[in-house]
Amino acid sequence: MGDPASSIVKLACRNIWKVYGDNPGQYFNTNQDHVSDPAATLEKIIQGNHIPAAADVSFDVHEGEIFVIMGLSGSGKSTMVRCLSRLVEPTAGEIILGDIDLLKANDEELIEIRRHKMGMVFQSFGLLPHLSVLDNVAFPLKIQNIGEAERRRKAAEMIELVGLSGREDAFPRQLSGGQQQRVGIARSLAVEPELWFLDEPFSALDPLIRRQMQDEFVRLQTMLHKTIVFITHDFLEALKLADRIAIMKDGQVVQIGTPAEIVLNPATSYVAEFTSDVPLVRVITCGSIMVPATQDLDHSIIARPDTTLEELLPGFSGRVEPIPVVSDDELVGMVTPADVLQALAESEAKASQK
Amino acid sequence: MSNGRASQRPSALKTGFAPWLFLGVGTILCLLAVDVAPWLKEYPENWVIPLSDGITAAASWFVDNFKWAFRGISWLLNWPMWGVQSVLQWLPWPLTIAFFAIFAHRYGSFRLALFTSLALGYMAVVGYWSESMNTLALVTLSVPLSISIGLALGIVAFKSERTDRVIQPTLDLMQTIPAFAYLIPILFLFGFGPVVGLISSAIFAIPPMVRNTILGLKQVPPAVLESGIMSGCTPRQRFWQVELPTALPQIMIGVNQSTMAALSMVIIAAIIGGFDDIGWEVLSTMRKAQFGNSLLAGMVIALLAMILDRLSWALANQQNVPNRPRDSLISRYKHSFIALAAFIVITILAQLLPAFATYPDAWVFYPADSLNEFVNYIVRNYWSVMESIKNNTLFFIMLPLRNGLSVAINPFTWGFEVTPVMIWGYAIATTLLTLWLYLRKSWRHATGAAVFALFLFFGTTGTPWPVFIGITTLVAYQAGGRRVALFAFFSMAFMLINGLWHPVMLSVYLCGTAVLLSIILGGLIGIWAAHNDTVSSIIRPINDTLQTMPQFVLLIPVLMLFRVGEFSALLAVIAYAIVPPIRYFEHGLRSVPTEIVEAARQMGCTPRQMLFEVKLPLALPVIMLGLNQAIMYGLGMLVIAAMVGTQGLGQQIFLALGKADMGRGIVTGLSMALVAMVADRILQAYSRKRQEALGL
Ligand SMILES: Nc1ncnc2c1ncn2[C@@H]1O[C@H](COP(=O)(O)OP(=O)(O)OP(=O)(O)O)[C@@H](O)[C@H]1O
Ligand SMILES: [Mg+2]
Repeated sequence: MGDPASSIVKLACRNIWKVYGDNPGQYFNTNQDHVSDPAATLEKIIQGNHIPAAADVSFDVHEGEIFVIMGLSGSGKSTMVRCLSRLVEPTAGEIILGDIDLLKANDEELIEIRRHKMGMVFQSFGLLPHLSVLDNVAFPLKIQNIGEAERRRKAAEMIELVGLSGREDAFPRQLSGGQQQRVGIARSLAVEPELWFLDEPFSALDPLIRRQMQDEFVRLQTMLHKTIVFITHDFLEALKLADRIAIMKDGQVVQIGTPAEIVLNPATSYVAEFTSDVPLVRVITCGSIMVPATQDLDHSIIARPDTTLEELLPGFSGRVEPIPVVSDDELVGMVTPADVLQALAESEAKASQK
Repeated sequence: MSNGRASQRPSALKTGFAPWLFLGVGTILCLLAVDVAPWLKEYPENWVIPLSDGITAAASWFVDNFKWAFRGISWLLNWPMWGVQSVLQWLPWPLTIAFFAIFAHRYGSFRLALFTSLALGYMAVVGYWSESMNTLALVTLSVPLSISIGLALGIVAFKSERTDRVIQPTLDLMQTIPAFAYLIPILFLFGFGPVVGLISSAIFAIPPMVRNTILGLKQVPPAVLESGIMSGCTPRQRFWQVELPTALPQIMIGVNQSTMAALSMVIIAAIIGGFDDIGWEVLSTMRKAQFGNSLLAGMVIALLAMILDRLSWALANQQNVPNRPRDSLISRYKHSFIALAAFIVITILAQLLPAFATYPDAWVFYPADSLNEFVNYIVRNYWSVMESIKNNTLFFIMLPLRNGLSVAINPFTWGFEVTPVMIWGYAIATTLLTLWLYLRKSWRHATGAAVFALFLFFGTTGTPWPVFIGITTLVAYQAGGRRVALFAFFSMAFMLINGLWHPVMLSVYLCGTAVLLSIILGGLIGIWAAHNDTVSSIIRPINDTLQTMPQFVLLIPVLMLFRVGEFSALLAVIAYAIVPPIRYFEHGLRSVPTEIVEAARQMGCTPRQMLFEVKLPLALPVIMLGLNQAIMYGLGMLVIAAMVGTQGLGQQIFLALGKADMGRGIVTGLSMALVAMVADRILQAYSRKRQEALGL
């Protein structure tokens, strides 16, 4: 998991609706900001044979955070991320990027925003078949009329970053899926965007490569500290990468929270369905079960607040003493073996009730 | 289904047997009434509404008033045409060959370069160099014209929905109207001369370019487009840097098809433009029955077609090579340097040695006479075999299908007379067979048998027109619903009131017979090829060659062996229309999912059962498309086959061309297009229905 996110809101998304159909506008009152009764509106939309691909979705993404949107196929994830980048026009709602009202931006402003602030990675890569790897990565710079030398330098740097050096002259069709997606990633990073959208970037890859790419992604983020909206339908992937997760179902967000919150307190049975297979030791963190430090502790083994129990447990082999929890060189608490046992037992009991 | 609405249930009219029963009764009444009301059989002359006169009048008014503009265009085009022609004629022949070979090597392979050199060499050796260069000049000019117009139209149609709605049906029409029908208005507007060939081939070559441009642009994957947008492209950048380059491979396929269309039209235009080009050479020698000469000239056309096809194909498929700055200048522009060197060396040589400038007459090897003698020898020796093939086909297949058994059977052909007893016997046998099929199989089999027996007895031309219209409309309705049925009905009504019913039926008969035989023969070959890789790999290049050949050329060997006549026409049409059935049968059978084949094999299917119970039914939708294409090809060839003696629409178009009768030419061309389109709509609808039923 990435660094703890700052509390500055980078991207705010308020009551976004996207309705597909013949006349989606009819359900929304133009001179009113908010839909006053979302449930009734949703009912009307479905009655009217329209598709609510996104319904009343609100969330904030903080600077430097990895915000994962997760849900089953057709739940509206792609629609949401496309609304955020305005590849599709939301039917109603408001999106604030920094201090810009994104939905009010005109075409020229939007082009500027995309050129400098946003990068996006696509599930099916979206590489230009007629351009070499280098030219693909340099493409966003080229259309900004940046000079050839500068372009090549920057693109080469990005290619190096994703570990594709040596393949600059290859064409997309000559690369494997994983390599193509590395090109996609390099291209989306070439303009050094503040906001990075990834729509199921690893779904088209086989499991082994996918794991590799996830590690790669975590490595990149520890270097780059981007603000990220990451789409996936793989809950384990979400757990591995997310600072916070939003779970979508039928266009609506059913729960937003940290991985631990979602696993430990699933809001609905739909969410519980995802979490049921997840080993608890992977999501419970020391921060959530620690107690104030009461005694002198042996600092030969220490944990951080975001250390998971999975990482912590080996520390207790041959040790009954509590393990200190340290954040920024400061002792913030301790975890005893009894706390660990109790936390696991409680969550297990909660899970079996559901 | 719980909420089955009434409208969702298919109506009895749409799929049922009842309308066929009505039609059957109507047919019998009609046949009985023919004696008292002969108009049922022959559409009366004085019911004809002479639409063509009106068109002629309107068109000549248009020509009189706007001719100057078109003549202006043709005057303008004369200059580049003259220029290109002079350059190609002036270029020393070894230099032209060298340029082509270098180009072939640059974009293709060494083998392609070799083939190109040999093929061009042939043109020089047989002494057709200058004619070939004249034809090439026309193509060289018309292709860029149609490519740029086609590209522009394609882009506009892609961008604007409204334009697309106008352009698509226009393209349909343009591609089904026979090439000759174009020539008439073009002749009037642009005048005579080689430039007419240029203009008509440019127009003829536009549709494939437009289609492929639209297709390519529509096929750009959404993710590619979106990645372009997210990179911050302006709309213009998005089009020129993302959409167009991504669509380029498909657009290049359009270039290839356009080139081939242009060449085939240049050849056809020789018939009227008639100047010193290779098409004219073929035509004039054919008219003089010097078939050895036409074969030698026809080979030039065939080779030209292959060169242009392979070269534009290589160009379309070239692998984009990144230009690395570290490559030296010489290796990057290797081919250009070689071309320059060849230019300098050969031009100098040509100054010194005249043989390098123009191919010397003394070196020409022109074996036309020996060819003629050889053919005569074959014809003399195998006269009886060939004659019996021809007569049997004529008497037992063609005549019955054209005039019906009632006319086809006579002492001269079948050796006996048709007696009333036989007619009653035929009627009773047909009725019994129909009843039996109805009881044992299904009403569809029964109806099919009854309709076939009807056509076999009266022939395509002898069937009363209300019956023909009724059957076709009903088939159209049951296959494709109301719109297709209305289209079929009004198309046939159009031909009827224009007094073209008889020629239309003759064309339907000839094309139908050719397609039927093509399907049977092509189907067998296709099935064989689907099960045998060797056959498949032998058949494929033959098919390719038959398809790239300008249709005109196919007439030559047929004429050599069987002379002018309907049988030759039939063979020529088959030679062209057989390609799609072979292809689609093979493709359809080969693309049956392997799991299904394996499941069937595991259940113990014999090879025969496998073919008839599993593979053919699953391949049927694909095969239907092949049938569809065979019909299009057949109709396209029909007009050209009319040159060797057929009656029907093709002949009518020639008559119109000869008399410069614009209205008649347009109406006849349109009728031909309508026949093609009706067949196309019905088969497409049927194929779609089958595909849905199979869940493909
Ligand atoms: N252009 C469109 N027109 C009509 N309906 C659409 C359109 N695009 C999406 N939808 C519908 O909106 C809903 C949400 O689609 P979306 O693509 O956002 O799902 P997703 O969560 O990204 O699914 P997946 O995991 O399969 O990518 C689906 O029911 C889909 O059918
Ligand atoms: Mg999606």
